[in-house]
Amino acid sequence: MSRADFCPNTPDEIREMLAAIGARSVEELFDVIPSGLRPRSFELPDGMSEFELLRKMEELAGENDRRITGFIGGGFYDHHIPVVVDHLAGRAEFYTSYTPYQAECSQGTLQALYEYQTAICALTGMEASNASLYDGGTALAEGALMALRVTGRNRLVIDGAINPFYRRILRTYLASVDVLVEEVPPVSGVADREAMAALIDDETAAVITQNPDFFGSIGDLTGIAGEAHAKGALLVVSVYPVSLGMVKTPGEMGADIVTGDGQSLGNPLNFGGPTFGFIAARKQHIRNLPGRIVGETVDRNGRRGFVLTLQAREQHIKRHKATSNICSNQSLCALRGLIFLCAVGREGLAELAGLNFDKAGYARQALGAVKGVSVLNGGPTFNEFTLALPGDAGKVVGKLLVRGIAAGVPLGAFYPGMEHCLVVTVTEKRARAEIDAFAAGLEEALWS
Amino acid sequence: MEVLYTKEHEWIRIEGTIGTVGITGYAVDQLGDITFVELPKTGKEVRQFEALCGIESVKAASDIYAPLGGRVIEVNDALDEHPEIINEDAEDDGWIARIEITDPKGMEKLMSRRDYEEYVRGLE
Amino acid sequence: MELIFEKSVAGRRGVSFPSSDVPRAGDLPENLRRTEAAPLPEVGEPELVRHFTNLSRRNFSVDTNFYPLGSCTMKYNPKAMEKAAGLFGGFHPMTAQLPGGERFVQGPLRLIYELGRLLAEITGMDEVTSQPLAGAHGEMTGLMIIHAWHESRGRRKRYIVVPDSSHGTNPASAAMMGYEIVTIPTAPYGDMDLDLFRKAMNDEVAAVMMTCPNTLGLFNPHVGEICEIAHENDALVYCDGANMNAIMGKGRPGDMGFDVIHVNLHKTFATPHGGGGPGAGPVGVKKHLAPFLPVPRVVMNSDGSYGLERENPQSIGRMAGFFGNFGILARAYAYINMLGREGLIRVSEQAVINANYIMARLKGYYDLPYDMPCMHECVFSASRQLKHGVHALDIAKFLIDKGFHPPTVYFPLIVKDAIMIEPTETESKATLDAFISAMIEAAELAEKNPEVLHRAPVTMPVSRLDEVRAAREINVCHLRSLSS
Repeated sequence: MSRADFCPNTPDEIREMLAAIGARSVEELFDVIPSGLRPRSFELPDGMSEFELLRKMEELAGENDRRITGFIGGGFYDHHIPVVVDHLAGRAEFYTSYTPYQAECSQGTLQALYEYQTAICALTGMEASNASLYDGGTALAEGALMALRVTGRNRLVIDGAINPFYRRILRTYLASVDVLVEEVPPVSGVADREAMAALIDDETAAVITQNPDFFGSIGDLTGIAGEAHAKGALLVVSVYPVSLGMVKTPGEMGADIVTGDGQSLGNPLNFGGPTFGFIAARKQHIRNLPGRIVGETVDRNGRRGFVLTLQAREQHIKRHKATSNICSNQSLCALRGLIFLCAVGREGLAELAGLNFDKAGYARQALGAVKGVSVLNGGPTFNEFTLALPGDAGKVVGKLLVRGIAAGVPLGAFYPGMEHCLVVTVTEKRARAEIDAFAAGLEEALWS
Repeated sequence: MEVLYTKEHEWIRIEGTIGTVGITGYAVDQLGDITFVELPKTGKEVRQFEALCGIESVKAASDIYAPLGGRVIEVNDALDEHPEIINEDAEDDGWIARIEITDPKGMEKLMSRRDYEEYVRGLE
Repeated sequence: MELIFEKSVAGRRGVSFPSSDVPRAGDLPENLRRTEAAPLPEVGEPELVRHFTNLSRRNFSVDTNFYPLGSCTMKYNPKAMEKAAGLFGGFHPMTAQLPGGERFVQGPLRLIYELGRLLAEITGMDEVTSQPLAGAHGEMTGLMIIHAWHESRGRRKRYIVVPDSSHGTNPASAAMMGYEIVTIPTAPYGDMDLDLFRKAMNDEVAAVMMTCPNTLGLFNPHVGEICEIAHENDALVYCDGANMNAIMGKGRPGDMGFDVIHVNLHKTFATPHGGGGPGAGPVGVKKHLAPFLPVPRVVMNSDGSYGLERENPQSIGRMAGFFGNFGILARAYAYINMLGREGLIRVSEQAVINANYIMARLKGYYDLPYDMPCMHECVFSASRQLKHGVHALDIAKFLIDKGFHPPTVYFPLIVKDAIMIEPTETESKATLDAFISAMIEAAELAEKNPEVLHRAPVTMPVSRLDEVRAAREINVCHLRSLSS
């Protein structure tokens, strides 16, 4: 078999190079590694050709190719990705380049990230965004850390109606920080913002919440924003980008720091990653934003150009006093997000949000009408809502899965007492017929 | 009135119980163009050699340490919009904060101008 | 070139959506409704494509230019990997969390599991987590595991020891965890000073963090001893595996005594850099640290199927939403499978040959602070050129005009005006020779005509940019300028 290792040099060239180096063999170049430190084992499979590799990967991907109609979310959403996103993000100059440290030969990436930062501000109603973070969960954790830095305080009030994975990540990040975290559990699937407000005091750095929340409910955060500000605390909100095509922005509601996950903007599900996280804030906090930031400037001839800026805050200059240890961002995923937002555009995003809202509204009615089933959300929802079933939700989901329907996320694992509840997600990709089949299937799973 | 210097390249001009604090030309050379000064809040109390505030340039971020212990009574607000004043005139217009000195004994640990210049020569 | 926002014309539309097949669900109440549509650009698809295609052409990239950024391993990204990873785009991560759901995602679960076994074998570790989303994230994960280990034994430790040549993320990660940093100077022989290290070690040290080979591109032959001394002092040893490209098949950090390692899939394992991400930083640990790995973990059941271990009492918790950057894991898995045992060994051999070749040919022209055989990267200093007022940065900008992405400059910090060159194994001798010629030309110009270097680059869409202005007059969003 011919080798696949992408090393181009021929044996003759290698001989020439070794001669220039003054080494008699390749092995000599590794003499510095003592024999006692050599590998005790290096048992790896043999390499394979491109053809064999693709066949192997196709088998792996096809191992369970039962088509499942998905009504699940949990932070990852099955939206249509315009073909143009793959096409443009697939330009080799974008995806095989590195972090734009040498600005003159990276204006493509730099301008794209500046446009991305602008798009995030347009979406969220905030004034300054960074050039992306890893994902929604770590972005929320970074938002919390940022609030601690800005206020110099050490208490956080956290909404228990936030995505449970995000809350777990937040706790993992805060484990080694000197901070008092008070989590307020939801009451029967409803975020308890009154209890949260009651906990805010002069030592609170921030109130942290999510909108729409994990149960799908959309809330008016203006009240809690006011409560927080009255005590000198900040409001940190995690949002769902597509919902911002119709839902009031966190900026308008009074948020100080906004975070979220960008997977729903042009990034495939990819079994959970890669995606990107976004973080945006009011302009007075810009120096406390973590990660990379791109700024506009001019060159020696007065031409507009873009550079990484405010780098003194980052790990590579301040080292142990850095705002965060973040090094890479999720540049390519953020680029996909930008292209997506430009492809759908101002009116398109509103239309997309409307489609999601309408389809989910239809499903909410249809499913809520199934015997014994009720909708838990008291008020408006976007494209997710919570059903209360007359029995264990996990069992129902298991039954429907076998029939090709992923009915939703059962809540028993996350909220004790809610074992009979299910969060259902409906995106623009779900056809009416699929929703009807789901309702029929649910009825059958419950009662036959 | 006298001006004393620290090993971390801060200066303090002492008039009675008031000290005016800034950084030296040498520090400015090391930092490059100053882009931001994180001015301390008035009322802040610091011990000698404790971090007084932060300063940033394009390539570095540093802490500025209090040459003497005291309480911040005034800050140079002009630096908010024009941090470049420090580059132009580090040892006069570029002053950063004024403190009410609470431990004059700390002066024993500081250097005179001549000693400081010699110290800097030794670094180069 | 205009911003996409500047090309926007009200009423233009890109993507078309299907009409709704369900009735309208009414409106949100006014207090929950967005007052104005988001001010996103309005462009048609042809304009969109032209904008981003032209934007991409303003980048240097591996596919267009030699990109010898030291410490980044800018090797060729095999296209078969892209196709292979694309096969998994439609898998929803939540499916695995549903009752009975694991059955439907055996393929991805198996990939994660097998990749873990492959990385364990390559690094000499026992167990691997693929959850960390980047190298720095992997470091944080590793340090949390170390912290949890000490806590579980009732020990409070204060310090993390690092060499002064370490990458900035090392002390930043440690500081985020609340540790104090102790920095050990590098000795003239290019490694952490062994005597100073010994003196600094005590039982308050939680861990020693080392890059192996180090950031000067040198392998520390005392690394075994360092690990022993650390263990004697009840400290663990962390390996920053960013430079694994140098030693595959020649040495495994696990065998050398390291307890924890992170690897960068976007460096050693050829996943694309994407303009700065996404990457992946899987962490490998020895057996005694396995209970602290983040959850969920992919495990093999007794019947040979794959499942999830969702909780573990000693686990540090969750570092990311699901399984890490699966799309990146899939690419690395494809790469390792394609190259196999012999391929990976050859990768390290060729990487080391290429770097030594450059070092040998350039050492007459640039100062070499550590004059000894290097591994996969070599570090020069522009100190000779400084005498003519030419900095490493000027040489970098000149190289851009010659069509090369510059090497890393000003890192590691312990070398004055450092120039760190990592060619990688996927570059031909012809490319290396062209680069060497350009570097020699730069050295000559530094002496004879430094103005050329100071003016560079002159062939790019922009000349040198005013970074001071960018930091003073902050403008990070086109909607509102932040300069006051």
